[in-house]
Amino acid sequence: MRFDLQIIASWIEPGSRVIDLGCGEGELLKYLIKQKNVTGNGIEHNESRVARCIEKGLSVLQGDINEEVLDYPDNTFDYVILSQTLQQVYEPDTMIRSMLRIGKNGIVSFPNFSHWRCRLQLLSSGYAPVTRQLPYEWYNTPNIRVITIKDFRKFIYEVGFNILKEVAINTQSEDRYGKAITIFPNLRATYGIFLIGNGK
Amino acid sequence: MSEYIEHDKDKISVGIVAKKLFTFAEPPNEMVLESGARFGPVTLTYETYGELNEDKSNAILILHALSGDSHVAGYYTADDEKPGWWDNMVGPGKGIDTDKYFIVCSNIIGSCMGSTGPCTINPKTILPYGLDFPVVTIGDMVEAQKALIDHLGIKKLLTVVGGSIGGMQVLEWCARYPEMTVSAIPLASTTKHSALAIAFNEVARQAIMADPNWNKGEYYFGPKPDMGLAVARMIGHITYLSDESMRLKFGRRLQDKSDFSFNFDADFQIESYLRYQGKKFVERFDANSFLYITKAADYYDLEKQHGDGSEVKAFSKMTAAFLVVSFTSDWLYPTYQSRAMVKAMKKNGLDVSFCEIEAEWGHDAFLLPNARLTSVIRGFLERVYNASPK
Repeated sequence: MRFDLQIIASWIEPGSRVIDLGCGEGELLKYLIKQKNVTGNGIEHNESRVARCIEKGLSVLQGDINEEVLDYPDNTFDYVILSQTLQQVYEPDTMIRSMLRIGKNGIVSFPNFSHWRCRLQLLSSGYAPVTRQLPYEWYNTPNIRVITIKDFRKFIYEVGFNILKEVAINTQSEDRYGKAITIFPNLRATYGIFLIGNGK
Repeated sequence: MSEYIEHDKDKISVGIVAKKLFTFAEPPNEMVLESGARFGPVTLTYETYGELNEDKSNAILILHALSGDSHVAGYYTADDEKPGWWDNMVGPGKGIDTDKYFIVCSNIIGSCMGSTGPCTINPKTILPYGLDFPVVTIGDMVEAQKALIDHLGIKKLLTVVGGSIGGMQVLEWCARYPEMTVSAIPLASTTKHSALAIAFNEVARQAIMADPNWNKGEYYFGPKPDMGLAVARMIGHITYLSDESMRLKFGRRLQDKSDFSFNFDADFQIESYLRYQGKKFVERFDANSFLYITKAADYYDLEKQHGDGSEVKAFSKMTAAFLVVSFTSDWLYPTYQSRAMVKAMKKNGLDVSFCEIEAEWGHDAFLLPNARLTSVIRGFLERVYNASPK
């Protein structure tokens, strides 16, 4: 399993209710159901990935996460997970508010745009950075938002929520292995992972 | 639907099966229909496959669509030209696995495929009911199936599954008997017909009633309204296909000729196809049953009946886990109708999975062999079966 998903899984209390927004082929959900006995749901846009999830016995529905989050009653979930998808969301503040309406906690992970490789590429070549975490050209990227770890902290403060936990990580080969970065995370980490809540 | 049925390519089949009969509602204990009328006796033709397990937790009820019957899978004799209508889905090791589950399918009340319907002999007059047969609803079909399920000693259905009008029965089962429905799979279905769907049905009914042989439903001892029923079926077939599937399957190709005939014979392949389907249908289906069943489908309105007009409220008493499936090219029950029911299920906190399967074959896609449909049904059933108390 991807290293950021391993960290996310470690934050989740056994037996809780979880929804994974943009759940892909359901790797995290399957793991959480098996290892943590959670009640898991997922939303995924892509037809074949949705079918893969249902085949595996997951409760997943096909749709656009921006629309689908609107239908759930308040506090339906203990954790609402948005892993490596925030950078593709058109209205991040609306999404974060929806997440903390339908769930007690939100977990968000995203590629850190202020990693030194990104900074160096832009500074030295003058081209928009292309890295292993953000492998697209500016004209074909689905990642319409560039987010840094510092930006995200500021953003959560501005929309009025609290950061309950945060880890910055550096991943290696296929993102399956990695380590936590504590010194200069905004410069050295490839991903940021945050547990957020409304602090009430 | 029969035009798609083929022998299994890998020769996997549930084997030889038999029709069974169940008669109930004998006077004076007639069924009270939704219209208020009392009606009986009622006979349902049904088939079962697989074995009911000891705690009776593996029963699946399959609900058929307009022209279907109880013959879902397998063969009546070794020489049958075709297996049952959903043989690609139901059988040993298939999506609905007969080695694992006990499967029941009954022909609906009002049909002409063995259950009591307008072509059945009225015991009071010793003549076919014709239009004396009461108007039945989707709810009445479900009540008749409930009597059969009680008769079989089944307290809980692991799943109720069906497409199109069968999907309406799935939803109605979940609304009427939440304590009996562990899970449910409505395929290519809707909570209520759109004006478009009613319009097509009405044109089809008018075609039957305009046939002079129809004779207000009394034709059982004379010539039948074959032309009317054939046209009704042709209209149906247009709605079951799609622009895309007709373009791929027929285009503007001509049938057995290189140029137009400059008369009113069938020139185009699509014309010839529709004529053939219409002609074949009249051999097996009763025109009055077509009128009754399409009317029941048009009347169906889950929101009105169970939610005072609110879709969210209509699902509020349901407890089943749902797998909802729609198909991209289905213009009879388009995806927006499935999405609307998914939305209402979510608002009620129901466990729902939903997939819009990419398929070019229009509404009929749910009947055709489709690896994706098979695997999602298999995965969903395994989950609900493993989660059900043993």
